[in-house]
Parts: sequence; structure tokens; C-alpha cells
Amino acid sequence: MAQALLTAQSLFCERDDRVLFDQLQLTVSEGEIWQVEGRNGSGKTTLLRILCGLSTHYEGELFWRDESMDEVRDQFLSELLYIGHQAGVSAMLTAEENLHWQCALHPSLDADRTQYALESVGLKGFEDVPAHQLSAGQKRRIALAKLYMSRAKLWILDEPFTAIDKIGVAAKEALMVEHIQAGGSVIMTTHQDLSAGIPLHTINVERFASMHKEWSE
Amino acid sequence: MSSTVQLFRQTFKRDLTLAFRRKSELINPLIFFLIVASLFPIGVSPEPNFLSQLAPGLVWVAALLATLLSMETLFKSDYEDGSLEQLLLSPQPVFLVVLSKVLAHWLLSGLALTLVAPLLGVMLFLPSEGMPGLMLSLLLGTPTLSLIGAIGAALTVGLRRGGVLISLLVLPLYIPVLIFGSSAVQAAVTGLPLDGYLALLGAMLALALALAPIAAGAALKISVSG
Repeated sequence: MAQALLTAQSLFCERDDRVLFDQLQLTVSEGEIWQVEGRNGSGKTTLLRILCGLSTHYEGELFWRDESMDEVRDQFLSELLYIGHQAGVSAMLTAEENLHWQCALHPSLDADRTQYALESVGLKGFEDVPAHQLSAGQKRRIALAKLYMSRAKLWILDEPFTAIDKIGVAAKEALMVEHIQAGGSVIMTTHQDLSAGIPLHTINVERFASMHKEWSE
Repeated sequence: MSSTVQLFRQTFKRDLTLAFRRKSELINPLIFFLIVASLFPIGVSPEPNFLSQLAPGLVWVAALLATLLSMETLFKSDYEDGSLEQLLLSPQPVFLVVLSKVLAHWLLSGLALTLVAPLLGVMLFLPSEGMPGLMLSLLLGTPTLSLIGAIGAALTVGLRRGGVLISLLVLPLYIPVLIFGSSAVQAAVTGLPLDGYLALLGAMLALALALAPIAAGAALKISVSG
């Protein structure tokens, strides 16, 4: 049985008097890819932000490797790669400068692989161009380059494929499969259909929202 | 240990690079500083005796307002492009990055203001005995202003119009620095010893250095969490 990495127990989140989800259970084990589903505004991003600890507006318990998140937060952070809705790419910095700072922030990123990563996402030749001169897709690729440099166990990706072309998506999918085969896991949201070959677990946020409504009525 | 030093240096370098690529933000506080000092003689009175009496306080007030104006941008762009989220998800200590950012910010605002200050002193007929006091008090006082301002900037970074709120939050904490800063210049002009004022400014700087980065780090967590 694969080890449980991230466990969420009876998560509850409310926003503007609207219950986004209640009694949400999720266990992400080694070697699993989880896709969080739901309509726009249903709370997918909120869930991911809660899981990685950016948002504290929730009730419930989070566990990392079966230990309470409060106690092992540093350990968790050193094994986490998060790419958010805002990609964390400074428009005034070049791709290389962006990645250098990211490497300093996150020791789990391998700085020696920067060139390889930029090449892999098709940004070779654009290393010295400030990000604001690049297209939306290319900017996104700077953030996705981190996937090629990461030694982190858990990847949490919020809409990673926005503005990415088909070939790019296929390459990232292959990378994710490689990652889970090496014992890692992925939690992501996307509105695109992933290739059929990928072993996918899904969780629908809306299911947990409607449950609460039935109870309260 | 080396990775934290590395992070400090990288952040410092990054913020300086960013500042030099956004030139307008870089020179804004300096221009403001110069404008205030050059408008005062025109608006109030060009009388040398009168101006030399006002000069210590005036230069200090201008420096304080110029710093306050520049604080809003400290975390703004990082908040907007998501860099702040990455920063908070780093296993490295947040206060270190904050300290590094404030240092870079101070070099280009506070230190620059300190270096330009003698020019303003001359424009306002500050007696030359007052110059060392002016420079020293600004050198010790402006980093405190930047550090305290960072807390305000961190608390308001998530708000769309945070500028006014920063002023309200931070101004009361700026008052002691202003009082002892301008008193130091006054003392230098009249030939009194400076040591006491400088020691107090130094003490405030030490306190701010120790506490402000931690407070700003915590404030950033609250802002991003919202």
C-alpha cells in the first residue's frame, strides 16, 4: 500500500456566506494524480490554496505523512512545488532571473537544471528576454519550467495548462506520469481533458457543497 | 546556513534589478524630496534667517513623506504576479526575505535621500554646522522608517487602495523618529552634543531591525491568506 502523503479531513470552507465545501475528505498517496473538478467559482483554487497552506480560512485537519500539518509544516514545504493561478513570474525579470530566485526560495529546485528546463519548455533563445515581452503561454512556461527542475514530492498545480499549446500539454503530462512513477504525486485543476492513458483520480468540489445545502434545509 | 545567505543575496540582487528596470519608481521619492524643499522658499518666504530655522524639521518631514510614498510599492508587484505566494511557500524563513527587500528598498530611497539631503540643506540655508547632524540622523533614521513602513505595506498589500491606509497605520510610529531626527539636526546647528539623539535613533533602528521583519512576514501571511 502506497504511503499517504497529504490527507485532508472534514474540510469546511465558507466564503461570502456561501459554503464552498463541507466535510471534504481527501487522501493523496504516493504515485497518484488527483484532478480537482468543479465549475468556475466552485472553490477549486480555494481548495488548493488551503491544501498548500496559503489560505487559513477553513476548518478541519490537514496531515502530511500522517502527522499534523502544524508540526511538520517546514518538512511539508520543503517537499512541495506549487504553481498558482498567478504563476509567480515577475514581468520585469528574464526567464533565467525568475528561475534563479525561485531556486533560492525553494531548495527542492535543482538550480543546475535551469538551462535544461528552459530548453525543455521551448524557451531556449528567450533566456534574456524580460517576461513582459513574452506571450502569455511563454510566461506560463517559465513557471512550468520548474517542473523539470523539481525534486519535490508533491506538486500542486492550479490551471497549469492555461495558454499552453497541445504539444506542451502532452510533454507536461508525460512529465507528470514520470513523476508519479518515481513515487511523487500531483494535485491539479484543469478545464482541459487529459489524455486517456493517465491514471487519474478525481474529486468534485461541488459534491461537497450540495451536501451541506441538503443538511441545512 | 549557506542557503539562507544565498537567499538573502539573491533577493537583494533581484530587488535591485527590478528597481532599476522601473526607473520612474526609483526616482519618484527623490523628485518629491527635491520638490518639497524647492517649493517651500517660494511658498512661505525666501528669507534666509527664517528658512534656516525651519530647515532641520523641513528636511526631515520631506524625507519622511518621501519614504512613506515609496513604501506602497515594496510588495505590490510581488503580490500581483504571485511571487509573494511562492515566497510564503518557501521553507526558508520569511523575515529574511523581507529584511533583504527592505535593505534593497532603503538603499534606493533612504540612503539616496540621505545623500541628497545636504543639497536641500544648502537650498534652505541650513548652517554648515548642522550638516553632519543632518546626514547622521538621516542615516540612522531612514532605515527605521523603511522597516516600519514595510509592516504597513505588508498589511495593506492585498487592498486595492492601500496607500492612505499605510499612512494612517504607520505615521504614529514615525513620529518618534521624526522628533529625535530633527532634534539632532537642531542640536548640531546650535553646537550641542549629538550623541544622545543619535543613540536614541540607533536604539529605535535596532528595535525595528529585530522586530519589523518578523511582523511584516506575519502581515504578509495574513494579506495573502485573505
